[in-house]
Amino acid sequence: MTNPVFERIENEIKENPVVLYMKGTPVFPQCGFSARVVQILSHVGVPFKGVNVLEDMELREGIKQFTNWPTIPQLYVKGEFVGGCDIVMEMYQSGELQALLKEKGIPTSAEA
Amino acid sequence: MQTRAERIRDALQAAFPSAEVRVQDDSHRHAGHAGARPEGETHYTVEVVSPAFAGMSRVARSRAAHAVLAPEFGSGLHALSLRLLTPEEAGRG
Repeated sequence: MTNPVFERIENEIKENPVVLYMKGTPVFPQCGFSARVVQILSHVGVPFKGVNVLEDMELREGIKQFTNWPTIPQLYVKGEFVGGCDIVMEMYQSGELQALLKEKGIPTSAEA
Repeated sequence: MQTRAERIRDALQAAFPSAEVRVQDDSHRHAGHAGARPEGETHYTVEVVSPAFAGMSRVARSRAAHAVLAPEFGSGLHALSLRLLTPEEAGRG
């Protein structure tokens, strides 16, 4: 049986080009790893939807199963899982994150 | 009794026999945060340099490491920072 929260996640990542599942909100992150990814996305200048998993226990566990990834944060771009904090950080530093957003046709306001 | 850091190192070394494995316990830096436990052993930084990662995406490498460490995630491991490189990427080629 499919977890009912999977449908919500599927819709969220389909309707929003960039979605960050995180602890806390973009304005008040409640975890250092989530805060770092928010900082990177802000620096790159890409609009994103932040989803606070701490507000919903089913989502908090469901997103780990959905992605097959044991930790939060998790970044999705155009419905595809990109990675957690380490991967986003590495991709930002190497320029791959900016290249990925460009390739997916997602406008960014800053060339970092 | 082994520490979690030792178990993490041993499990990764067994899964990636020719790898260089380094494990650092960062739990003290997160004391008092959500996910931290009074007894520690919650936050780690792990580096694995292995030729097995060649041709694997970043996500695939991490999933391979997560799979090896699933029992630790099931028993209180809260945060894991991973650096997973081939010897070439690590500049040891």
